[in-house]
Amino acid sequence: MSRKLFRAGLIAALPLAIAAVLILHPTGAKSEEASAPSTEVKVDNFTFGPESLTVAVNSTVTWVNKDDVPHVIASSDGLFKSKALDTDDKYSYTFAKAGTYAYYCSIHPKMVGKIIVQ
Amino acid sequence: MPKKNLFDPNPSGFIEHDANNDGIDRRGFLKCMAWAGTGALCTVQGGALKSFALGSRIDSHMRSHNMGELTFVQISDSHMGFNKPANPDVISTLKAAVDKINALPQQPEFLLHTGDISHLSKPEEFDNVDQILKSTNRELFFVPGEHDVLNDDGKSFRERYAKNSKGQGWYSFDKSGVHFVGLVNVMNLKAGGLGTLGPEQLEWLEDDVKHLKHSTPIVVFAHIPLWTVYPQWGWGTEDSAQALSYLKKKFGSVTVLNGHIHQTMQKVEGNVTFHTAFSTAFPQPAPGKADGPGPMKVPAEQLRRVLGITDVNYVQGRNALAVVDSSLV
Repeated sequence: MSRKLFRAGLIAALPLAIAAVLILHPTGAKSEEASAPSTEVKVDNFTFGPESLTVAVNSTVTWVNKDDVPHVIASSDGLFKSKALDTDDKYSYTFAKAGTYAYYCSIHPKMVGKIIVQ
Repeated sequence: MPKKNLFDPNPSGFIEHDANNDGIDRRGFLKCMAWAGTGALCTVQGGALKSFALGSRIDSHMRSHNMGELTFVQISDSHMGFNKPANPDVISTLKAAVDKINALPQQPEFLLHTGDISHLSKPEEFDNVDQILKSTNRELFFVPGEHDVLNDDGKSFRERYAKNSKGQGWYSFDKSGVHFVGLVNVMNLKAGGLGTLGPEQLEWLEDDVKHLKHSTPIVVFAHIPLWTVYPQWGWGTEDSAQALSYLKKKFGSVTVLNGHIHQTMQKVEGNVTFHTAFSTAFPQPAPGKADGPGPMKVPAEQLRRVLGITDVNYVQGRNALAVVDSSLV
């Protein structure tokens, strides 16, 4: 093989090699994979974003209040309820069972959302 | 500006038509109230609407409780504890509201606070408001807003402000022949819903007014509007129609005073006058004029023009109460 070809081959192979290393040794902690879908709901301007969030069973969903008024996260059937969340406060709930969980803000009840656990 | 004759029964020039033949020119009344936003007083005397400029000598003439007259003030939505850009200093705007009350030429007999006294239901927030309102030296009546009942289903609210109330904090009292009813429509709110009174409170209300004479003027006060202002933002009460049905057929004069929306709004429906008050903390957008009903930032020098108090005057024997909003400046 000519040197030129060898070098070209090496350069071509480099990204493949790097990819191989990454696949075999993924970066990041064990349970919080960087590539995993979000389990966060941002509360802002009297809306939940996203309004409908799908997560895996045993996921912990975290609501973060970015609004300039407090909100209270409450399940529509009494399963969970946060204390009053002021700006930048958070609330988390772990969904152990599959299903669709409707929730709302109990002081601004027109704000509704749902978590789909599957 | 030409000097107005202070005894002129119609200085605003708005009172013209008596469409219902009851001595009340409602269109003129509403115009008078709009004109009065600059600080005048519209009142009903001798079956006709009269408007007077506040601060004139006429007010000491009117300050006569022998006439079966009653004046009180409504304030609302002080949100003690709020500190975001829409108003970083809700303490000083509440103090400005108190200064305005203390400077009224016709001193109110008492104050009604239509809720959201605090921002986060914290004891120190309630304490601050109590401290500031103390300097009015007036009797105080409160109904809760949703911000006042965040932690313990309203228990600490009731202990502070509604000791003799029923259920979740509703009650009634009488002053100068007027029957006042404080209602609670911020508890047990359901997903996707509006404010709610609930069957227990409705039953109490029906019973509470059962034995009153038809001529008794009724004033109902509650936090969330008891008419549908803008349902998309939760500005209404699911079962208010039922509450009003107990009142509007029987009583000739029903006045409904609400807060929650942080702006003044009036509606007259037959013998029922609905009114919402300014906040003393921060304004909110007009229905549909923003993405959401949250605190609305205005230029600092304009803030006190969109916050204020409401002065209410009743003269015995007359139907409509005169409800006058005035901003802090």
